[in-house]
Amino acid sequence: MKRISKTAHSNLYTYGFVIIAYAVLMLITATGGISSSLKGQLVPICAYVVMAVSLNLTVGVLGELSLGHAGFMSVGAFTGVVACISLEALIPLAPLRMAISMVIGALCAGMAGALIGIPVLRLRGDYLAIVTLAFGEIIKNIINCLYVGTDSRGLHISFLTNSDALNLGEDGRVIIDGPMGISGITKISTFTTGIILILVTLFIVLNLVNSRSGRAIMALRDNRIAAESVGIPVTKYKMMAFVISAALAGAAGTLYAMNYSTIIATKFNFNTSILILVFVVLGGLGNVLGSIIAAAVLTVIPELLREFDDYRMLVYAIVLILVMIATNNAVFKSMLRRVLGKIRPSITKDVKEGP
Amino acid sequence: MTFLSYLISGISLGSVYAIIALGYTMVYGISKMLNFAHGDVIMVGAYVCFFATFRWNLPPVAGVLLAMVLCTILGVVIERLAYKPLRSAASLAVLITAIGVSYFLQNAAQLLWTSNPKVFTSVVGNGSVKLFGGQLSISVIAIVTIAACIIIMIALTWFTGMTKMGKAMRACSEDKGAAQLMGISVNFTISVTFAIGSALAAIAGVLLCSAYPTLMPTTGSMPGIKAFTAAVFGGIGSIPGAMIGGILLGLIEIFGKAYISTQLSDAIVFAVLIIVLLVKPTGLLGKQVHEKV
Amino acid sequence: MGRYKRPEIKLVPVPSPNIIPERDVDKFPVLEALNLGIDFGGLTAVEEFNMAIGCTEIAGLIGPNGAGKTTVFNLLTKVYQPTRGTILLNGHDTYNMNTVQVNKAGIARTFQNIRLFSNLSVEDNVKLGMHNHIKYGMWSGILRLPAYRKGEKQAHERALELLSIFDMQDLASQRAGSLPYGAQRKLEIVRALASGPSLLLLDEPAAGMNPSETDELMENIVKVRDAFKIAIMLIEHDMNLVMGICEGICVLNFGKIIAKGTPSQIQNNPEVIEAYLGKKKEN
Repeated sequence: MKRISKTAHSNLYTYGFVIIAYAVLMLITATGGISSSLKGQLVPICAYVVMAVSLNLTVGVLGELSLGHAGFMSVGAFTGVVACISLEALIPLAPLRMAISMVIGALCAGMAGALIGIPVLRLRGDYLAIVTLAFGEIIKNIINCLYVGTDSRGLHISFLTNSDALNLGEDGRVIIDGPMGISGITKISTFTTGIILILVTLFIVLNLVNSRSGRAIMALRDNRIAAESVGIPVTKYKMMAFVISAALAGAAGTLYAMNYSTIIATKFNFNTSILILVFVVLGGLGNVLGSIIAAAVLTVIPELLREFDDYRMLVYAIVLILVMIATNNAVFKSMLRRVLGKIRPSITKDVKEGP
Repeated sequence: MTFLSYLISGISLGSVYAIIALGYTMVYGISKMLNFAHGDVIMVGAYVCFFATFRWNLPPVAGVLLAMVLCTILGVVIERLAYKPLRSAASLAVLITAIGVSYFLQNAAQLLWTSNPKVFTSVVGNGSVKLFGGQLSISVIAIVTIAACIIIMIALTWFTGMTKMGKAMRACSEDKGAAQLMGISVNFTISVTFAIGSALAAIAGVLLCSAYPTLMPTTGSMPGIKAFTAAVFGGIGSIPGAMIGGILLGLIEIFGKAYISTQLSDAIVFAVLIIVLLVKPTGLLGKQVHEKV
Repeated sequence: MGRYKRPEIKLVPVPSPNIIPERDVDKFPVLEALNLGIDFGGLTAVEEFNMAIGCTEIAGLIGPNGAGKTTVFNLLTKVYQPTRGTILLNGHDTYNMNTVQVNKAGIARTFQNIRLFSNLSVEDNVKLGMHNHIKYGMWSGILRLPAYRKGEKQAHERALELLSIFDMQDLASQRAGSLPYGAQRKLEIVRALASGPSLLLLDEPAAGMNPSETDELMENIVKVRDAFKIAIMLIEHDMNLVMGICEGICVLNFGKIIAKGTPSQIQNNPEVIEAYLGKKKEN
């Protein structure tokens, strides 16, 4: 019983952290104590936090390296925005429309995850990683060639042509214009929407991890052969983690896209996938609170360093390398441990080694 | 004739990928890490050669040699400073470090040489050989690239198969502990591997920019990813695999562009990779590793 | 406990050879292996493996290193698909089943090189053993429905109960990977037991244990058999253990069974002695 209450406690800390951060930031915003550039970052931070927590489900909890998480974000962003624009007349209430769009974005990304998961999850280790990378690039490429428009007759979709091929009526509107992406989005994402999405994500991920299914997923990470030997179906649980992770990334994509007036597919490229992976690894594999903090801090820091514009990414790179060496080098680690006394690893949160 | 010219440009592009993929695959074989910074070493090599030949007016051969020397040093320094402390760490930690190195190189290049694209002029000129009464023209750079690739392939096969150092390399990639017990200096061997890989990256950078003459700090990343794909395609860790994978990838890309769609050529390349991995989960020539129960 | 729905029963026309030792012919065999064999490439690792285990028998599988003992376990649990032969589990052919289905059908095992879920707690390891007996789905877990609370409560109680067999209930919240070696071996047994098998396969359960730990393990194995009324088959090099608790022993050498019988029969079998000690010089 001791351990159950311990995880329950650490989960409460995580929720509490998010809610307090929200309250504090709302207070600062209300008193005008926040710069406009940082204020503009609030929604993207929420989206990145959801991305990091969802990727943590694949990399930290399931133990499979994914290098194409931005692809699912992209699917969610584009389908969510298309849904939102199509529903504009039907549902005038913005928050409700936003919520429905996010659900649609999540469903579509989840489906993409299932579609990709079927072939991908049969592979192991680095081969799985390269295929997720490949899928991320394929999704980007396909959306770049996609044209979608709407008119009174409904949605029109065309592939590999141009927006004229959509044959829109008089009242028609081009939504996705190939490589130009979507422009003229009504920005209805708010910080509050973002925080709600983070809380929903936390609810899903934390409850999943501390349930029968989550245990099975972690068992696959720790020892696949042993898991099979006690009757845990590998594909089912790998798929479960992968699809949930993709769906949450999709919702984050919708949230992210609805914060900008223009969105293009190349925004969600390999570098974005890597950025999210960095959040997850620095926050600690399997450590949800760590992912949240890493995503928030690492999005804010480059923003704060704007005045050192030229050097900020260089500094970021150096810090990244140093942090990785400091946290993973055996000599350094034992030195750190001596300084901090005995660090007791928490039970479910630590991963011995990555995939 | 158009088919033939596509074929040749496919093999030529594939040769560049193959040379880069060789670096990836050798480093992977010995240290089991995905060296994402490899693509950026290509970019550094191209910049060095650019400045050597076009700013300081050195002869092209000297420029290429200088690029090779500097990249070799760069590769070894990166390995010593960033990867060596993490030799026993989890592979994901090393991967993130490699990404950090990649960011570092790109941003350092941006600071040093700005993000404005440089126009790279081919080191062997823009001449071409006309065949079949001028119906088929093959650029000199394509010929040089293919020739370089073949020479490198033969040299590497000889090196890993016949020399003492090459054998040490293979021993280290099999089992570092055992190699060390046999008196092989693992650190030195890994350094040599990085040195060779980086020197190859420099050559690839010069060849790449001679064929596609825009040079930017991000020039290396896409070819890097493609070459990485090529290495996996052929079976990562295998030298002939990297070669075959690279050339096939170049062919698929050029034919995909020519006959299917320019916009979708990358998607086609990656789709073929996925199909190959589904049929052969460890690539074309990769070794199937069974987990002992 | 909801049981696994068995695939259609495939009756095998071959009459099963009476290979259970004479003393327990009355026991219905839980497992029958008929002419089992596997080739790796051109190499025959196991061939003509015939044996049956009574439903509450403790059977031993012994033989020199490399004889193919673990391979037999891997065949029975379908980690490897047999090249030849039939495995009947409770009379049902396990042809076409995979490892997961074989476990659901009633075989659980431990591993020679310990395979625990080392980053999870001891209790979670046991709960994972009973994964297929905890009855609530993903959504109940995510939404914390009553089914979740009920399922987890039962699982928690059952896990502690199982752990108490080996007196490990106090370790429930420890990280499995941090346990001492002997405790890890015991935890593996508990985890396998938790999956509710009718046949438990133990791969070198006493490896790395000192004599007093081994004695305790012997007692516990018998205790488990008596309490759960299941069959146990074990691979072991510790002859004290094998001769002490096994009722039937099967000796494997170069992938073939060279002897079968009771401990005393095996101890005096010249072929077995030859396999272990080598041939006496002629003259």
